[in-house]
Amino acid sequence: MSSFSVTEPSTRSKWFAGSLVILYALITMVPLAWIMLTGFKSPADAISYPPKVIFDPTLEGYVNLFTTRTRQTDEFLAANPPETWYEEIVRQYDMVIAGPSKFSERFLNSVIIGFGSTFLSVFLGTLAAYAFSRFKIPLADDLLFFILSTRMMPPIAVAIPIFLMYRQLGLSDTHLGMILLYTAVNISLAVWLLKSFIDGIPTEYEEAALIDGYTRFQAFYKVVLPQAATGIASTAIFCLIFAWNEYAFAVLLTSGTAQTAPPFIPTIIGVGGLDWPAVAAGATIFLLPVMIFTVALRKHLLRGITFGAVRK
Amino acid sequence: MAEVILKGVSKSFGDTVGVAGIDMTIPDGAFVVLLGPTGAGKTTTLRLISGLEKLDAGEIHIGGRNVANETPAQRDVAMVFQQYSLYPHLTVRENLEFPLKSPILNTPKDEIIRKVNEVANVLQISHKLDNKATALSGGEMQRVSIGRALVREPQVYLMDEPLSSLDAKLRTDLRIELKRIQASLGATILYVTHDQIEAMTMATHVGVLNEGRLVQYGTPRDIYENPNSVYVASRLGQPRINILPADLFGTAPKGAHQIGLRPEHVTQGGGRAAQVERVEHLGDHSRLHLHLDGHDIITLADPHADYAPGSALQIAPKDPLCFDAQGDRIY
Repeated sequence: MSSFSVTEPSTRSKWFAGSLVILYALITMVPLAWIMLTGFKSPADAISYPPKVIFDPTLEGYVNLFTTRTRQTDEFLAANPPETWYEEIVRQYDMVIAGPSKFSERFLNSVIIGFGSTFLSVFLGTLAAYAFSRFKIPLADDLLFFILSTRMMPPIAVAIPIFLMYRQLGLSDTHLGMILLYTAVNISLAVWLLKSFIDGIPTEYEEAALIDGYTRFQAFYKVVLPQAATGIASTAIFCLIFAWNEYAFAVLLTSGTAQTAPPFIPTIIGVGGLDWPAVAAGATIFLLPVMIFTVALRKHLLRGITFGAVRK
Repeated sequence: MAEVILKGVSKSFGDTVGVAGIDMTIPDGAFVVLLGPTGAGKTTTLRLISGLEKLDAGEIHIGGRNVANETPAQRDVAMVFQQYSLYPHLTVRENLEFPLKSPILNTPKDEIIRKVNEVANVLQISHKLDNKATALSGGEMQRVSIGRALVREPQVYLMDEPLSSLDAKLRTDLRIELKRIQASLGATILYVTHDQIEAMTMATHVGVLNEGRLVQYGTPRDIYENPNSVYVASRLGQPRINILPADLFGTAPKGAHQIGLRPEHVTQGGGRAAQVERVEHLGDHSRLHLHLDGHDIITLADPHADYAPGSALQIAPKDPLCFDAQGDRIY
C-alpha cells in the first residue's frame, strides 16, 4: 500500500522544510548571539582578532554598564580593600566604583515611554477602529486616508518643527512629550491594523449581545474586545517595537530626564575607551523587554484571526 | 408575554425594499410563522421588532408600548439568529448564562444555574456545557443558540429558521419541544421558516410575505385551503400545488386563467389520460409524476401503486382553486 496523502506532507518534505526553518533561525540569531556573548567578554577578548568564540566569561561589561568608575592612588587602593565581587572586577584596572551609572534611569525611561505610548496608541486606536468599522461616519474614507497619510512622510522630516514646537510647549525632554510623539506616529498604524481586525469580527455577536440585554458599550467591552485580543496584541507589539527602538527623535528631543536607552547606549563608548562589552551588555538588557512582551503575547499572535461560531 | 402589533411598518435599504407597509397583530401567546422566499422581508421584520433596525415608517407596539425609541435591551425580546451568533470566546454554559447576567435581568446565581441546566437538558446539550462554543457541530450550535433565547422569559421570542441545520430526528423532537414550551409558558413567538411541516404543525397563525408585503395572514389551515393568490398557494404544500392552464381539463371555469390543484385534488379513474413519468414510493403513500399536454402534474397514490413509466392514467380535477390572469384567487 502506498501511504500517499493529499493533506499530509511526506516525511522527506517535512525534514526539508524543518531544516530550512532551522537554518534560517540560526542565521538570524547569529548577530543576537554575538551581542549576548560579547556582553560577557573582557574588553581585550571583545576586540581580539580572530574573534574568540571560546573565552573566559566575565561580568565586567555589566559592571561597567551600571557603574561609573574613577582611577585612584595606590595608597587609597591599599587602604580600602574591595568589599564586593563587582569592586574586585574594577580593581584589576586600579579603579574604584564612584557610583551608579545613568543606565538604569534611562532604561526605566524607555519602559515608561515605550509602554506608555503603546498603551495610548492601542487604546485610542481600538476606539477609533471600532467607530470606523461599525458606524456610518461622514467622510469615513477620507478620514481614514488622512490618518494613513500621517505615516506617508518619514517622521524625521518634520523633526525641526517638532523640536521648535516642543520647546515652546515645554514638552522637550519630558516623558509626556515623548509618549505623545510616539503615540502620534503609531496611531495611524494602530487604527488601520485594528480596523481590519474588527471588520473581521461579525456584527452578529454584538447584535446578539444587544438583544441579550446589554448596551452598545457593554457589547463592545464584553464581546468585541475579547475577540479582538489577537489584533490588539499584534498591534501592541508593533507599536512597542517602534517606540522602543526609536533613536532619531530621542536624540533630538531628550538629553536628561526623559532620555531613553537608545541614545544613551552609544554614549558608553566614550567613557574610558571603547568599552564594547558594556555596550553589548546594554544592548542585551535593552532587548529583553520586547522579547518578554512578544513571548507573553505569542499565544494571541499564533491563534490567528478570529474564527467564530457564526455560520457563513 | 405580550401582544405585538405592527402598523404600516416599512424599511428600505437604499433602493432595496426590505418591508413595505406591514400591518399585523401577533396576539399574546400566539405562534406566528412567517413564510416567503429569500428576500421577502422575513428577517427584516424580525430585526425591526427586535430593534436591530430602525423603522423608516410605521409603529411597533409590544405589550401596548410603542417601542420606537427603545433599545433592543429595553424591548425585552429574545432572538434566535439564523447564523447562531454564539459568542466564540465563551463556553456553552457562559453563552447560555450571558443574557441572564445582563444588567437588565441581573439574575441571582442559583437561578442562573437552575435555568441553564434545565434548558440544556431540554435541548440535549448538557454534556457539552463546558465546551467552547466553537468546538460544537452546526446542529449543537443551533441548539445553544435556541437555548440562549429559552433561558429568558421575554415579551416575545423571535426565531429565524432555528431548526434549519438539525438532523431530521432532532428537528422533530425540538419542534414538539418548542410547541410544548410555547403552550406551557404561553409564549408569544414569531418564527421564520421554509419548512412546511414546521409551519403547519406549530403555527397558530401564518403570514405570507412577498417582496416586503404581507400578502395573506391567517390560520395555517386557511392559508392552505384558501390561498388568495397563486403565490400564497405555492408557499405551502409538499409536493407543491399544480398550477395549470384553466382549460386543461375541458372548459375553463368562468373568468379563470389558471387553476391550482393540490396533489390530493387530482382524482384518478376518469377524465383525461395523462402519462405516468415516474412513481416514488414513500412508504405510507406514493407520489405519481404525470405528464399532460406538456404540463407536469404531481399527485398521490396508495403505497403499493404500481404503474409502469409511460403507461396512461385517467385523471380529473376536484375542487380546483381558480386564479385570474394576475394570479389572484377568484373562487
